[in-house]
Amino acid sequence: MSTRRAKIPATKYPAERFTLDNGLRVVLTPDRSAPVIGVAVVYDVGIRSEPEGRTGFAHLFEHLMFQGSENLEKLAHFRHVQGAGGTFNGSTHLDYTDYFETLPANALERALFLEADRMRGPRLTEENLRNQVDVVKEEIRVNVLNRPYGGFPWLTLPPVMFDTFPNAHDGYGSFDDLESATVADAADFFRRYYASGNAVLAVSGDIDVAEATTLIERHFGDVPARPAPQRPDFAEPDLTTERRSTYTDALAPLPAVAGAWRVPDPVDDFAGYLPYVVLAEVLTDGDASRLVERLVQRDRSVTSLGGYVGFMGDPFDVRDPTALLLQAHLPPGGDVDKVLRTIDEELDRLATDGLTDGELARTQARMATHLLRDTDAVLGRALRMAVLEQQRGEPGLLNELPRLVGAVTEDQVRAAAATLRPERRASVEVVAGGAR
Amino acid sequence: MSTSTTTATAVRPLPALRPNRRLKVPKQAERTLRNGLTVIAVRRSAVPLVELRLWMPFGRTHLARGAMLAQTMLAGTQAHSATEIAAELQKVGGGLTAGLDPDRLMLSGAGLVTGLDRMLELLAEVLTGANYPADWVETERDRLVDRIQVAQSQPSHLARTALLKRVYGRHPYAVQTPDPDQVRAVRPAALRRLHAERVHPAGEVLVLVGDVAPERALDAAEQALAGWRGDGHVAELPPAPPLEPGPLLLVDRPGSVQSSLRLALPAVPRTHPDHAALQLANLIFGGYFSSRWVENIREDKGYTYGPHSLVEHSVAGSVLIAGAEVATEVTAAALVETNYELGRLATVPPKADELEQARQYALGTLQLGMSTQAGLASLTSAYAGNGLRLDFLAEHAARLAAATVDDVAEVAARYLAPARAVTVVLGDAERVADSLAALTPVRTESA
Repeated sequence: MSTRRAKIPATKYPAERFTLDNGLRVVLTPDRSAPVIGVAVVYDVGIRSEPEGRTGFAHLFEHLMFQGSENLEKLAHFRHVQGAGGTFNGSTHLDYTDYFETLPANALERALFLEADRMRGPRLTEENLRNQVDVVKEEIRVNVLNRPYGGFPWLTLPPVMFDTFPNAHDGYGSFDDLESATVADAADFFRRYYASGNAVLAVSGDIDVAEATTLIERHFGDVPARPAPQRPDFAEPDLTTERRSTYTDALAPLPAVAGAWRVPDPVDDFAGYLPYVVLAEVLTDGDASRLVERLVQRDRSVTSLGGYVGFMGDPFDVRDPTALLLQAHLPPGGDVDKVLRTIDEELDRLATDGLTDGELARTQARMATHLLRDTDAVLGRALRMAVLEQQRGEPGLLNELPRLVGAVTEDQVRAAAATLRPERRASVEVVAGGAR
Repeated sequence: MSTSTTTATAVRPLPALRPNRRLKVPKQAERTLRNGLTVIAVRRSAVPLVELRLWMPFGRTHLARGAMLAQTMLAGTQAHSATEIAAELQKVGGGLTAGLDPDRLMLSGAGLVTGLDRMLELLAEVLTGANYPADWVETERDRLVDRIQVAQSQPSHLARTALLKRVYGRHPYAVQTPDPDQVRAVRPAALRRLHAERVHPAGEVLVLVGDVAPERALDAAEQALAGWRGDGHVAELPPAPPLEPGPLLLVDRPGSVQSSLRLALPAVPRTHPDHAALQLANLIFGGYFSSRWVENIREDKGYTYGPHSLVEHSVAGSVLIAGAEVATEVTAAALVETNYELGRLATVPPKADELEQARQYALGTLQLGMSTQAGLASLTSAYAGNGLRLDFLAEHAARLAAATVDDVAEVAARYLAPARAVTVVLGDAERVADSLAALTPVRTESA
């Protein structure tokens, strides 16, 4: 009974791919189970590509893409999407920036028009730039400066683990850099990175492939062709001695710690990378996971715990270099060194003794549920397929992920655990400056 | 060449929308079991999963005990430890979590549809046999206290706490976070007692949504849960009190680099004849990005990142809450603009195209909300917990479609008038008190 494993199901979402003459890559994934569509445009530029002295620029530029475009006044984009019954947003990641809408299916052509219009060129004005610098500063205050654990660990751990500017710098940006940004910077950034050849458009949901193809050609076909820039090599050597950093968070009531270890290249060595994605879940997913059982329940040395691959928790949307992260909040007065030592001990135990009966299979079944649940949302499919196309040329991989995760073996997980040695670890400790 | 050419700047017209597909409300199957439990099943077969929501009315429970019960309900039974329950659920790709608000205790989760029977079996085991082991209760007590401490360091939590207290006075909704000392005093025996009193099938609603025939889901639920017995009392919540406008409440948070601005305004339940028009008025004011308030204080003035207003429905009453985190130095200026936009909508009818845009948004997002298993499950459960079924969606959509400019102007005058608002600001009093006092009487408290 205990070794019986749940069969891992798969989805069969189609992935029609084609490329327009201007180099824009397109993925269509029809599914008519609900009268809604997802539209996503992903540009191959993110935080790692922003220039020195311009921290936070990729994200600031994302805001500027909503400030009007060739045929659209400021505010028009929002009104046209929402006035069609839809929702929109954009987000800036380490390796890409996405723009997306979810809409009733009758708004397909409108959404394509809106995305094509800003691909031709946003309205970059001094007034819009100053306004959005102010908005972004408030965003940073909400998410980082005015709350405890702001930016922990996604902004505070990379500078410990990495040495080069692209990997180590603060992706939200310093207020100085944001305020120094100019319209000319934005125009350069657009010309260089927001090229048709550097973008992927994905449309999911209640569409007819032939009709959608015609509409896409109509609206995107005459976007001027510009090639993708050469993507720089962001590689850095692995750590050979432990790195540790500590800072005081004046608002934090409890101590916290996060540790990270480099993992294999997510794209070039996907087979070598996947066991780490599974390992993170074996260690931390739910009350039956190893580290929760040990640290939360047995030792009571941490009060909450999480583990994942990718600094933004995006294991299938990230390129090399990236890491497996574990993070924990400790009870008042908790001992961070002891927590790190216990994690080392548990990783050793896993590498040496292997997994218990059924431990891997149940973790994989749970991961399948999470992956399938994300793809049930029409936008989830468009976004994920767009990034898979951009980074791997393989949008259909979305259907395979539950099964591939399920095919990871115990030996692979043990071998992955064996590489998470203290000397390869970068960690950051938050001292509770707000403890009462 | 004197001929001017316009080709380079030719204006491309915005494509029209195609006709909308009619709102199609999914069919539900429903059965009331002999023990009084209502089970509702809805099919959406896009992915091979099933979503589960169990709504248990839980008003007027002792706050710390209720919170601890939610924290430890899955901590063990006669047959299984907490770890074993979690592992057994994981085996079928499942998971369950318990959450509490002043209206209900909710058990929710999702798993592979092939594991539906097993998930229901484990659910039944917990409902009939949760035994609150002492060591787990002790651990979870400490963790809950830690979590409360973290929450109390968040400005959004502090602002909400102050607003609830100000709005609800002596009503049970006034305090929704337990006091750490009361948490520390909770013993396993009290949890077992509370479970016996309040966790019983009568009046509870189980919702199952997923890749399963509704009748088969109902049978599975009946099979697993028919043996769940027990009767206890149901506590009726008193109606929420009306808002009592008064001086602005300034909650001091020294050193804060932003101020958390919160306004509460009157609102009505989903079934009230004014509700659809109020929802539209709220959208026009601040309920979506293309609203007057967001366009003003974010896109024009850059005071804030994400202002938002929302009608919150609870069993004992509804309230409209508007909130924004604004830079400290523009706190009073942001309040001026907020009251201006409320006042403008309360006194001057909106434009027809503004209403149309809000209406399309309201109707479109109904479709979007029903387009996933998880969305359908949460919506069905929230409706059922308030005595409604999914077919109410069609009724609500018809009311949204029918609301006129006059209807919206009338409800705006009645519900959005700034004179009716209860206003709370959490921020650095030393830096914001004087300018706020220039606008309105201010009463200052410490956080």
